[in-house]
Amino acid sequence: MSETGDHPAPADTAPAAAPRPRLFALLLKDRVACLAALVLLAMSTAAVVGPFLLGDLATRQNLHSVDLPPFTLDNGWAFVLGSDSLGRSVAARLVVAARTTFAVAVPAVLVSFVVGSAWGMWAGYHRGWRESVSMRIADVVLSFPSLLLAVVVLYVFSPSIATLVLVLAIARVPVYLRTARAESAELRSRLFVDAARTFGASSGSIIRRHVAPTVMPTLITVATLDFCFVMLTESSLSFLGIGIQPPDLSWGLMVAQGRQELQTAWWIAVFPGLAIVMTTISATTLASWARLATDPAQRWRLTVPRGRVRRTARKAEEVAE
Amino acid sequence: MNALQESTRRARPADPAAMEVEGLSVDIRTPEGVAHAVRDVSFTVRSGRTLALLGESGCGKSMTALAIAGLLDPVADVVGGEIRLNGSNLLALGAPERRRLAGPELAIVFQDALTALNPVYTVGAQLGEPFRIHEGLSRRAARARAVELMERVGIPEARSRVDAYPHQFSGGMRQRLLIAMAVALRPSVLLADEPTTALDVTVQAQIMELLRDLRAERDMALVLITHDLAVAAEHADHVAVMYAGAIVETGPIGEVFAAPRHPYTRGLLASVPGGGKRGEPLRFIPGSPPDLRAVPTGCAFRTRCPLARERCATHRPELVENDQGRTAACHYWRESADA
Amino acid sequence: MLVFLRRRILSSALPLLAVVLGVFFLARLTGDPANLYLPLSATPEMRAEFAARNGFDQPVAVQFLDYLSQIVRLDFGESLRTAQPAAQAVLQAFPATLQLAGATMAIAIAAAVVVGSLAAYRPNSVADRFASLLSSASASVPDFWFAIMGVLVFAVTLNWLPTSGTDGMGAWVLPIATLLIRPFGVLVQVVRGSMVSALSAPYAKVARSKGAGERRVIFVHALRNAAAPALTVAGDLTVGLVNGAVVVETIFGWPGIGKLMIDSILQRDFAVLQAAVLLTAVTIFALNILIDACYALLDARVRQGVTT
Repeated sequence: MSETGDHPAPADTAPAAAPRPRLFALLLKDRVACLAALVLLAMSTAAVVGPFLLGDLATRQNLHSVDLPPFTLDNGWAFVLGSDSLGRSVAARLVVAARTTFAVAVPAVLVSFVVGSAWGMWAGYHRGWRESVSMRIADVVLSFPSLLLAVVVLYVFSPSIATLVLVLAIARVPVYLRTARAESAELRSRLFVDAARTFGASSGSIIRRHVAPTVMPTLITVATLDFCFVMLTESSLSFLGIGIQPPDLSWGLMVAQGRQELQTAWWIAVFPGLAIVMTTISATTLASWARLATDPAQRWRLTVPRGRVRRTARKAEEVAE
Repeated sequence: MNALQESTRRARPADPAAMEVEGLSVDIRTPEGVAHAVRDVSFTVRSGRTLALLGESGCGKSMTALAIAGLLDPVADVVGGEIRLNGSNLLALGAPERRRLAGPELAIVFQDALTALNPVYTVGAQLGEPFRIHEGLSRRAARARAVELMERVGIPEARSRVDAYPHQFSGGMRQRLLIAMAVALRPSVLLADEPTTALDVTVQAQIMELLRDLRAERDMALVLITHDLAVAAEHADHVAVMYAGAIVETGPIGEVFAAPRHPYTRGLLASVPGGGKRGEPLRFIPGSPPDLRAVPTGCAFRTRCPLARERCATHRPELVENDQGRTAACHYWRESADA
Repeated sequence: MLVFLRRRILSSALPLLAVVLGVFFLARLTGDPANLYLPLSATPEMRAEFAARNGFDQPVAVQFLDYLSQIVRLDFGESLRTAQPAAQAVLQAFPATLQLAGATMAIAIAAAVVVGSLAAYRPNSVADRFASLLSSASASVPDFWFAIMGVLVFAVTLNWLPTSGTDGMGAWVLPIATLLIRPFGVLVQVVRGSMVSALSAPYAKVARSKGAGERRVIFVHALRNAAAPALTVAGDLTVGLVNGAVVVETIFGWPGIGKLMIDSILQRDFAVLQAAVLLTAVTIFALNILIDACYALLDARVRQGVTT
């Protein structure tokens, strides 16, 4: 209850990012998002560390262990997920493929994120022709089926991890460009930007100190979802034969290789796909959690209680009065 | 006869009660707990009369109207009370029966006419909808009735504008359309939730006059929900003052405004600017309304009341009838009246 | 209405031109087609003749201008592979893709409206959670893997459906099912979101206060308002449908434009590639304009250019 004339002292109004410990605690509360985060963590760890631990298990051909079925430990831990037509351990190949898949998706997302966001914030802030031209470019790139674009470009420059990353990054820049521009343009019309300008702040510093932190949460959510898209596109390209080339491994490539033996050794094609699905679902779940958690206006959705208030509870309160 | 006698004469208890609300309570589930938006609200409204439900923003008056009309959001629940309309308790009825009464017996007019009208349909279609739902009229017949309604509420060139869209009308016209839609089937009770708040003063007067005419014509009971003391004084016969989800005073409006009995009503009337000398400080009620999740025990107003005493903290004052037709929920209303 | 359409068509012309330009130049960079179409033992004279016959000896800019002037006369050149007019090859393959994409979009929209409305009607209910699960799963599953799983389960194991080709109703099931998952998933979320807003909008309350039953509120009042955002998103999804079609046609041997494009890239058949890309781009733009027109039909404010 506020008393007459009392006003709380105005809080520090620096547009700082949400304090870390609080976000983390919020994450622990939501079991589903927590699970998703754990899965992603496990995948990334496997991708980074796994290949070192596995040695040549992924490439060692063993004609005595051809086409072994999964889910049995009869043949040892290495073949718990079965083996392929050259006797190689599927499980080990999954791990090595994880590394390549991540090695393509993560840099691609990072590059498009940085380039697209910076460009978008700059275009949205300055408005005018810079904004229109940028939007036109974004429209053109987005109006073209990305798969086709990637196919054509990769055919020109012959596919490798580097070109793949580049193509995917370029194809996705418009996504960040659009979002960053929209938010930046909206923020620019707000009063605090005008205030900063009256103090003589340059556009660069305004963008850095005011626009960027505000736009960051949305962009990070976009990036997480985009990670899924990039991963799926890379898999499709590898599947079609225009992505990762042998002897490099990728989950998409494994599915293509398993396709020949669908009737006899279904596990070779199924498990890599499952790996993709698990990673994408986890990333999507984490992204929707992040969208709610980083927006103070929406955070309450994570804590609202369910259920109806019963009459008896109300009556009890009345009696107590 | 002065105004006081006039209003006393008007408030004849012999008028039939069109709707009686008794003990209505509504709770809202929020992330930080349950908010008691409407607490044990009772009032009566009679045919051909206007009851003003008066109170500041957040006092629960709109919530009350929505509860009566059965339009509460899923986070809000009616947790007690009865609403008697023409004999039946609305809260005990099933959804289909309640729907049958919506329009022919009970109608509601909202504040913001632009969002209350569906932007993708013509006004003719929307005005004709009650006829199609309740009387099974064909599209053409309903359209004809819509034109009649538009003419009745004063929309110029109704015949040609019946196929126009809501965004093509001005604010005042849109409000007339809303009213037309509400009174289409001649309901016994009309709830008007701040019908003029969003309009400018001249249009306000026209709308209120329209409501008054319709009320007289159809012998309707009108519940006027407002925070505007002037509008209430001008157009209502009775008033029920609300504070923090509960009714604190009722009575014929002339009497209540001339000699308020509840400290809150007194404070409200005293804070109307004007009439004082230049240079005098504006008067106001210190403090602010309580958080409905943590209403003070006893009397909700006690934290701001100049007459508050020990008893006010322990015993919640009931709405006691202390005169013919007047009630007040205060232990010490006599002191308030004398002061 | 006409003004609206004209404005939209004009603003789509620029991207179209850019696309044609892009493909034209990129395709030329894939290497000299002579290596594919002439035997290794071809003499320089034969190469020169090949180049002259197909216009490859000119500077690229000149080639582009020639190409533009040809397009205007609706001459798309000849396929290097089959010596047929490129336009013919493309037009032969086009219907197959159009049928696939059209059927998929129609089913996706219809199904999304039903599921999304159901989910919006009772938020947080079992139906709603199921719908959410379904749509987030659909955004996560790679379409080629889904197709292969489908083949594994229904064709190989159960033998209910064929593994490829276009004969019979059965052959349509797996390709459409694969193509539909992504659009369906996205549309369900959009429909649900916009239905939730529409159902809690003031005009919905007003309709209920007039005695409208839930069915009327949903289908007459809410749906029409919710359709607009869904249509807009459906427009964005047409591009993705082309992506999907490429994969689906390759896996199931569906003789459509996607397969044609991949084949012509691999075989450096420029004329066919350019014609195919142009036709695809035109179709995408036409489809978007069609969707905008529907949007304008539904909402009078768009028709009249109101900016409330």
